[in-house]
Amino acid sequence: MKSADEKAWLEQPATVNKIVYAVWGICALLVVAEFFYEKHPHFGFDGWFGFYAGFGFLAYCTIVLSAKALRRLLKRSEDYYGE
Amino acid sequence: MANDWLMNPALLMMVAGLLAIRLPARLLGPLAVITPALGLLMLWQLPDGEHGVVSLYGFTLTTLRVDGLSFVWGVIFHIAAMLAGLYAWHVKDRMQQSAALIYAGAAIGAVLAGDLLTLFLYWELTAISSVLLIWASRTARAYTVGLRYLVIQVISGLLLMAGAIIHYRATGSLAFNHLGLGSPGGLLIFLAFGIKCAFPLLHNWLQDAYPEATVTGTVVLSAFTTKLAVYALARGYAGEEILITIGALMTAFPIFFAVIENDLRRVLSYSLNNQLGFMVVGVGLGTEMALNGAAAHAFAHILYKALLFMSMGAVLLRVGTVKASELGGLYKSMPWTTAFCIIGAMSISAFPLFSGFVTKSMILTAAAVEHQWLVWTVLLFASAGVLDHSGIKVPFFSFFYHDAGHRVKEAPWNMLLAMGITALLCIGIGIWPDPLYAILPFPVDYAPYTSYHVITQLQLLMFAALAFCVLLRNGWYPAEIPSTNLDFDWFYRRLLPAALRRLQSFVSALDRGFRSGAMKLLDVVLAKLAKSHGPGGVMSRNLSTGTMVSWLSAFLALYLFLSFYW
Repeated sequence: MKSADEKAWLEQPATVNKIVYAVWGICALLVVAEFFYEKHPHFGFDGWFGFYAGFGFLAYCTIVLSAKALRRLLKRSEDYYGE
Repeated sequence: MANDWLMNPALLMMVAGLLAIRLPARLLGPLAVITPALGLLMLWQLPDGEHGVVSLYGFTLTTLRVDGLSFVWGVIFHIAAMLAGLYAWHVKDRMQQSAALIYAGAAIGAVLAGDLLTLFLYWELTAISSVLLIWASRTARAYTVGLRYLVIQVISGLLLMAGAIIHYRATGSLAFNHLGLGSPGGLLIFLAFGIKCAFPLLHNWLQDAYPEATVTGTVVLSAFTTKLAVYALARGYAGEEILITIGALMTAFPIFFAVIENDLRRVLSYSLNNQLGFMVVGVGLGTEMALNGAAAHAFAHILYKALLFMSMGAVLLRVGTVKASELGGLYKSMPWTTAFCIIGAMSISAFPLFSGFVTKSMILTAAAVEHQWLVWTVLLFASAGVLDHSGIKVPFFSFFYHDAGHRVKEAPWNMLLAMGITALLCIGIGIWPDPLYAILPFPVDYAPYTSYHVITQLQLLMFAALAFCVLLRNGWYPAEIPSTNLDFDWFYRRLLPAALRRLQSFVSALDRGFRSGAMKLLDVVLAKLAKSHGPGGVMSRNLSTGTMVSWLSAFLALYLFLSFYW
């Protein structure tokens, strides 16, 4: 039996680190893959080196950080409408 | 055929819905699964074409039309009803079981309707039956929310009716085919469809109502109303360019709200809204490939969205809340639900081998073929957003992250079975899309699995996931906090009531002013009258005879005087 304060395998910092490194690794592989396939861009800009990778990263950050900023404007208490 | 209007699967579903009011409780589950299965068989047997032609007060109604477009919607509606029925197998509440069957039946009837009057009847029936799934929560809040939902749905129906009447007077036909935006009737009907499709600014009924329905009710709700609206748009307004803009906006704006929303069923409602945007863009593009994409995406979406709502429903049932701020670490107690939720999340995020990958890409490709670079970029942007709210946020904050200490039972067997089958279908479509492609409205000339598509899609998703890791580990990811976020519904839940209260108090102040003014005036007049007519007043004094005689003499003297000169 594990003691109560011992964290489960998945929650241990070392495991979390491994998962994050794996994501970095997969991303690196996907950038390397850029050299090995034939592109069929529709417009031109979508054929730039690493376009989808950069777009995914930046779009994600834009969405999350601007939503966080939006909170200042939109956030109210949970019972704001009193229902 | 003369009487083939009875061969309508919608009628079968609705009769079963009525039966559910009386049937022994233990038969409710089987009824909810077997009926849609029989309905699907019925639909499959029907040859293409128009059936169930009925003459009513001089109108010719086509109650049953099977063609490429209605068939694919009919099929997925039956499958959704079956899965929802299995998910709700244990529910003994007759109101919910009956309402779910009638609601699904009405939605099926609406997609099979060949004329606007039949469509209107089923359209209103979906509104009236579905609200019961919200009221079945039996809380004061659900009651208020349900009323708001019903009002908006009924307004949509009234617009449809008004539009249909105007359309009939202009064209002499009630047939439900391409309508277009060129006529007043067409515009009204477009607005009716737009409300049910949750167009931007008409959307809040969805995020307001769906999270308040019962555990099983939300799964049912998520499948029908909005996809019926997408079908109706595809039938009546395919190729209307304004839909491309509306759809692109719809994919983009809900993702910001989904990021900061705490109630995970509401997050999924925003996400539903965003997915509808992809379909609306497809309808707006109007090419064969785009319409195929919209139909295929509706099909895949109904399944993975139902799966996500099922997993959150299981959490709600077991833990009693789906607030992200109160969840975490549930994978220990609910491993199967966790796995199914992740499959739903990967499907909606459009990972290769999952259903979203083979359907959403058809719409993006159709946009690219039409050289719509801006729309295409917005859709790609929204795809990264989908990965955040549905792909990561929903599974991560409920099943992983900080263990909130909930130790609960796994979901009941029927819920797990329903989730398992839905998950299999999501993966099945992703791996082997051909059967789905075969029932789409037009012949499909599209291959999703090219190295270009697989690698670029993986790049988009994995780098977005990497961004999540970076943001979370640096503490930049917005925390899940209990809150209400203002959306457009603020205008009718806060501003409008406040304005009405203001107006009311202004009118009543005005009214009070007028009344007290009038009363004062009356008082003054009465006082004057009392002075003149009251005791001792001028008008009530007794005049002596002497005074009268003297006045008389004076007048006579005057008369005499004047008569000398005239």
